[in-house]
Amino acid sequence: MSPLRRRAEPYLWLLFGGGGVVSALTLPALVLILGVLVPAGVLSRPDLTALLSNAVVRLALVGLVMLALFHAAHRIRFTAEELLGVARWDRFIALTCYGLALTGTVVTASILF
Amino acid sequence: MILRVSRYRPGVDAEPVFQDYEVPDRDDWAILDALNHIKDTVDGTLSFRWSCRMGICGSCGMTVNGEPKLTCGTFLTDFTGPVTVEPLRGFAVIRDLVVDIDPFLANLSKVTPWLVREGEEPASEFAQTPEQLEAYKQYSMCINCMLCYSACPVYVLNPDFLGPAAIALAQRYNLDSRDMGDRFDVLSSEEGVWGCTFVGECTSACPKHVDPAEAIQRYKLTAALRSVLPFSRRRS
Repeated sequence: MSPLRRRAEPYLWLLFGGGGVVSALTLPALVLILGVLVPAGVLSRPDLTALLSNAVVRLALVGLVMLALFHAAHRIRFTAEELLGVARWDRFIALTCYGLALTGTVVTASILF
Repeated sequence: MILRVSRYRPGVDAEPVFQDYEVPDRDDWAILDALNHIKDTVDGTLSFRWSCRMGICGSCGMTVNGEPKLTCGTFLTDFTGPVTVEPLRGFAVIRDLVVDIDPFLANLSKVTPWLVREGEEPASEFAQTPEQLEAYKQYSMCINCMLCYSACPVYVLNPDFLGPAAIALAQRYNLDSRDMGDRFDVLSSEEGVWGCTFVGECTSACPKHVDPAEAIQRYKLTAALRSVLPFSRRRS
């Protein structure tokens, strides 16, 4: 393993592992809020914008989206490499996956802040 | 019942070929019993490894209808049609159903699979609490049958991967309160835990419920924290 990969892999895996845990804990709540409570009229759009006026909530959402995206990127990277047999393009696939995750995080942050 | 057995006779077959054998469809027969029936009464040239017949020795692992199985614990009644028996995938075939286990044994020895002690020799036995025993006991149940290697897509694609059983064995010692060894350099490498992509097939295939996938993920956390926090030299 190249020194670069040896240095990067633990960080990428922590993002992956953290993303899995955080998604499993919080996504059901988000689905409940956005998928059930809002359509059912229990919560309204102004309620949600009121929630977002708190900077801590926005920061937590950016963190959640970032971890979930890096979790997905890590999983898609290895699933693609193993199922399609394209591990020799690991560097390109990794850069694409994590690049998209980073882009998604930046877009989320720029929308919320 | 038809047993479709993979044959490879060096010098005779250019590549493995299938040979069909008719075996009695008995309720109490495992695949291994059927193979022994063939060996004893039909075709004495058929080669395969076996020893204990009771899921302890780990010798009789083969690919049964595409799945890595201990043939002593897989019964004819589990199947309706012809049963295909092939050597374990991911290993070089020596003859018929016999594979070369040397790469596996080499991987086992890479992880320092014994209790490492520093300092003075102990004056008496080391006592362990039930909790200390429980911490590693599960990983000590491995019988080295190599089903997890055969099930692992990473190992089949990259034979340099240390593999599920070897990493579980390393954790068996890492988590032992008597052990003072450090296996970080071997385990925290591309060929070690970072080669694993958490497919989880090793744990599905394990006949002894060792859960090698858990062992690997747990060491990933240990290795990640030690890599990210340079001052964190805590023992796994």
